[in-house]
Amino acid sequence: MTLEIIKPGLSTSIQDLGRPGYFHLGIPIGGAMDRFALRAANMLVGNAEDAAGLEAVFMGPEIKFTQDGVVAVTGAEMPITLDGESRACWASFDVKAGQVLGFGFLQSGARIYIAVSGGFATKPDLGSRSTYPIGSLGGLNGRPISAGDEIPIGEGGASHGGKSVPEDLRRRPGSPAELRVLPGLYWNRLTETAGQRFFEDMWTVAPEADRMGYRFKGGRPLEFVEREQPFGAGADPSNIVDGCYSYGSIQVPGGTEPIVLHRDAVSGGGYFTLGAIISADMDLIGQLQPNKLVRFVKVDMEQALAARKDRKELLSKIGRELG
Amino acid sequence: MADIVSPLPGVFYHRPSPDEATFKSNGDAVSVGDTIGLVEAMKTFIEIKSEISGTFDSYVASDGAPVSPAETLAKLDD
Repeated sequence: MTLEIIKPGLSTSIQDLGRPGYFHLGIPIGGAMDRFALRAANMLVGNAEDAAGLEAVFMGPEIKFTQDGVVAVTGAEMPITLDGESRACWASFDVKAGQVLGFGFLQSGARIYIAVSGGFATKPDLGSRSTYPIGSLGGLNGRPISAGDEIPIGEGGASHGGKSVPEDLRRRPGSPAELRVLPGLYWNRLTETAGQRFFEDMWTVAPEADRMGYRFKGGRPLEFVEREQPFGAGADPSNIVDGCYSYGSIQVPGGTEPIVLHRDAVSGGGYFTLGAIISADMDLIGQLQPNKLVRFVKVDMEQALAARKDRKELLSKIGRELG
Repeated sequence: MADIVSPLPGVFYHRPSPDEATFKSNGDAVSVGDTIGLVEAMKTFIEIKSEISGTFDSYVASDGAPVSPAETLAKLDD
């Protein structure tokens, strides 16, 4: 079976849970920006959690089905229509050959995930179907979808819709969104006052926010502990001798606007990183629109691991609920 | 009167670049597919195209203003 893309939306791409294992070679982990939502969508249509689905940001695509199947849309709040008739989000529903899936205007959140029973059966690269356009990996010949594309769908999955993720098991950012931060190796580059201010200030999501990174603005500029810059580091106090960046690490070029590195980020460079967003909260970033208010909350390793466990538990609850 | 709305969140611009004229001014004819402005999101400028034809009335959202999905950007006499 195939799907036909009538309207692609805005850089809508095929994503699964990513291709870990190549970051040391500069190839990003990739995968859905909100992996929680993609996993839930897959569970709703009876796929393996790591099956490939579509990630659409800010605008939904228009898709025509060529065979019967089961579909679920999770993530952001966006009205869903099937041949013009309303369908619920975070729920699975039946589609018939010839029917058209469409979307209204985004209401909250940023990214929707569309899973189809059987999953998207495009060619994997380095073990993943996730689209990484800069490296021409995954997706459809290494690119996001465009109008007229026919995307192959695999076999299996649920034969009927009608399942729904209960409201209290859906995860979305609050207002302001709270992102938990584990201070990192370079934390001591900041003055004590600057370190406190970073967590006191209200930040907003800047327009420069995509799959590579999310930029934030509005907080007070950082102050650095004075030092003679080591050989190989740039002149600015926010520079270091090149080092590794982790998924979720927070760099602050020039000490002004923090950037959180996300799924398609570079793996190293010459900016100090004050810490990292904990893994449990990275999905929430995938649902932030520009101008959204954000606060960073300091946690320690124990709290970060507890949060990771909670997120895992929430996913198992969804699994049990959908049986 | 008909509204042209933003399909996505971002920053709205009336001009193709800062030193050029606005895409449309009051009284201009608008055809289906004409660009009336740009919305910047994810380091990309997305052209906002009219889905109806008519006569341009005015911009509603200011040049450089943050806009939300479904927010009115401009008005047309259809």
